[in-house]
Amino acid sequence: MGSRASTLLREEEIEEIKKETGFSHSQITRLYSRFTSLDKGENGTLSREDFQRIPELAINPLGDRIINAFFPEGEDQVNFRGFMRTLAHFRPIEDNEKSKNAAVSEPLNSRTNKLMFAFQLYDLDRDDKISRDELLQVLRMMVGVNISDEQLGSIADRTIQEADTNGDNSISFNEFIKVLEKVDVEQKMSIRFLH
Amino acid sequence: MASLWTLSPLLSACLFWPACLALTPGAEPLHPQNLPSSLGLNSSDGSPSVDLPMALRVFSVDYHHVQAPFEIVLWIMLASLAKLGFHWSDAGYFLPGRLFFENLGTILWYAVLGTLWNVLGIGLSLYGVCLLAQSSLGDVSLLHCLLFGSLIAAVDPVAVLSVFHEMHVNEQLHILVFGESLLNDAVTVVLYKLFESFLRLPAVSGVDVFLGGCRVLLVGLGGLFVGLFFGLLAALTSRFTSRAQVIAPLFVFLYSYLSYLTSEMLHLSGIMAIVTCAVTMKQYVEANVSERSNTSIQYFLKMWSSVSETLIFIFLGVSTIQDVHMWSWPFVCSTLLLCLVWRASGVLLLTAVANKLRRNTVTFRDQFIIAYGGMRGAICFSLVFLIDDFPKKRLFITTTIVVILFTVFVQGMTIKPLVELLDVKRKKRGLNTVSEEIHSRLIDHLLAGIEDVVGYWGQHYWKDKFEQFNKKYLRRFLIRDDHQARSSILRVYQELERREQRGYEEATPPVVDPRSHSRPLLPEEMESIRRILSRNLQHFNNMQRPAYSRHTLHQDATMGRARKPLHRHQSLGERCTYNTQGEDGEFNGSRRGRAGLSRSHTVCSMSPRPVLQDASVPAASAQTRGRVDPDSEAFREEQISPEQHEAPAERAARKQLSFVLESEKQP
Repeated sequence: MGSRASTLLREEEIEEIKKETGFSHSQITRLYSRFTSLDKGENGTLSREDFQRIPELAINPLGDRIINAFFPEGEDQVNFRGFMRTLAHFRPIEDNEKSKNAAVSEPLNSRTNKLMFAFQLYDLDRDDKISRDELLQVLRMMVGVNISDEQLGSIADRTIQEADTNGDNSISFNEFIKVLEKVDVEQKMSIRFLH
Repeated sequence: MASLWTLSPLLSACLFWPACLALTPGAEPLHPQNLPSSLGLNSSDGSPSVDLPMALRVFSVDYHHVQAPFEIVLWIMLASLAKLGFHWSDAGYFLPGRLFFENLGTILWYAVLGTLWNVLGIGLSLYGVCLLAQSSLGDVSLLHCLLFGSLIAAVDPVAVLSVFHEMHVNEQLHILVFGESLLNDAVTVVLYKLFESFLRLPAVSGVDVFLGGCRVLLVGLGGLFVGLFFGLLAALTSRFTSRAQVIAPLFVFLYSYLSYLTSEMLHLSGIMAIVTCAVTMKQYVEANVSERSNTSIQYFLKMWSSVSETLIFIFLGVSTIQDVHMWSWPFVCSTLLLCLVWRASGVLLLTAVANKLRRNTVTFRDQFIIAYGGMRGAICFSLVFLIDDFPKKRLFITTTIVVILFTVFVQGMTIKPLVELLDVKRKKRGLNTVSEEIHSRLIDHLLAGIEDVVGYWGQHYWKDKFEQFNKKYLRRFLIRDDHQARSSILRVYQELERREQRGYEEATPPVVDPRSHSRPLLPEEMESIRRILSRNLQHFNNMQRPAYSRHTLHQDATMGRARKPLHRHQSLGERCTYNTQGEDGEFNGSRRGRAGLSRSHTVCSMSPRPVLQDASVPAASAQTRGRVDPDSEAFREEQISPEQHEAPAERAARKQLSFVLESEKQP
């Protein structure tokens, strides 16, 4: 364990992660073992290749973007903290948390943050708008090959129409939130992390 | 919708048994009387005049002679027809599949354990009551009570559906109650038969009980497999019915009925077979048959459901007033009370456990509705008739009728105001908007991906796996070549388009209305699309429909293009994996998928290279590539050339498809 001292998970770190993400102790340790199993290079960080080695992720239409979401802007390695931070978005919202007021800054798994995560899957250039092209790209990825460009374009147009309130032909984050107000995002975007 | 599906089958099934039984004894006395009466009629008719009586006589003789058997046949026919309506139930066909599977665990939990709990509870408590009221109920044994419990405890999908159908509660609640009522059929049937055979056995041992348990599993799973088998068979058949569209619906019905009959023959759960059959069939049949056939299937299902429902309740009513009843206050009242009590407690307990494991908790209000909505129906009725005769059988029948009437009428009528009073979460009206569909899809993929990262085999993982299996094997095999690959996003979009074209207000999501200024775009686009089509497609015969409706495209598809199904996987840029392209014959109708075709070819040829940069001239370059590639890939597509002339101009003019293909491979 000596050579991997940097990768040992210390109690203080666990506490910090717990505070930041809201995961429980056992969840954090379990996820840490998952992290280390993915970390083939054993340097305490994950690279994109490590993610791409996950077989099911490779065939996921949004695989690349999901992987990208783990890496902070411009970086190529993600450490355990960053890993947990990303995963924290998918923690189920517990009832007792709902009543907690935002004395702390909004928890990572709040509805808004979940939606922001999804929004950023579209918005590659981070201009806080989903342009028609960005929408088309994602649509094409999800829908596959059998739909023609024009048809896809129509669908994209319609999607934008449904959301766009200020007429700039793109979807801002607030418009995005509004469109999904009827969808139970808290439930859909939650994974039951085993204890 | 889902309700209608289950209604008819159950109704018909229930109708059938008692009909047969009740009427056969009645038939005999009629018969011997008929002949003399007809003879008598003969002579009496004969007296007034000579000519008319001749005609009359002939007529009346014939009628009376066949009256008895005729009536029986009529009843049986009605019953069987109602029974046919059984599997023509749209329970399976219109089942909200996704929600069903998401909640499957909970549904099974309720169905199996809940039913067991109820049966044992009611049976044992009733026995206690019988012991207490020794004087009047002394001769009702424990086994009889258990038997009675088994038939009265089961929630009836028919009744549930007919009531819940009107209520529009939230989907989760609906599917829970409905799914439970469907699946508990297996348990009920087995328990019933079990207790009945126990009654005949001199003694009951532990082994028998254990075997009974195994039997539940066997019956349930057996019904499932029979249904699956027939469902797949039907899907396969529908693949080849392109020439004879009219008979396609017939196959749907026949296969459903066959599955029911087969499972009944093997003493498996008929309901499960039918529902599984319908659920399996739906995906593939829907893709294979024309739209008209689809519509006719749906409407026929609904019609039969209504008919069956009516018939069964008529029958129930008739036997209520007709039969000789045996009444016993303690028995009847305690049965009623116990049904309610045990169901409520069962639901509470089970939900408490289930909620720990579920993602979405079932709220107390929902629980109340589940408990209150546990209505008994015609299945109990038919089952009670089938009990071997014993002194108190009449009592059982009477009690059953009372329970059914009470639950259906009292509970059924009051549940709706209760739902409103308790402010139970209601169903979201209308179709998903395209946005919702797309974003939900995105979230699904996202969640599947995250589950992979975490190494968690959650429901997204399995759903994904199933979808891949489905796509790779089942759809290829079962769906007609040119109909494969229909994305749900596209389906929603098409459906919305179609409804808008027909001017259905309710289908238009309210979200779109405020933006009515932008709405004119769509019909306009539709017009331009149609213009392209009319110019390029000599045999585009249906101008009314949106360009890419399944029906129109199908016409084109039968032009006999041989296509190698290619299906492309959007993998990480590195691999141009399976080059199986699903049929874009779908959209060929409209723009010949030359766009889609070129797109796919572009991708296939491009994917090894990191980025497709021809944002500016997507059309032209894609076209040339597209034109070349099809030949090289042995793709024969008629009429692709004429379109390709038109298309680039149109496309370049209209849309900026700066589709940067696959910067997926990160630099």
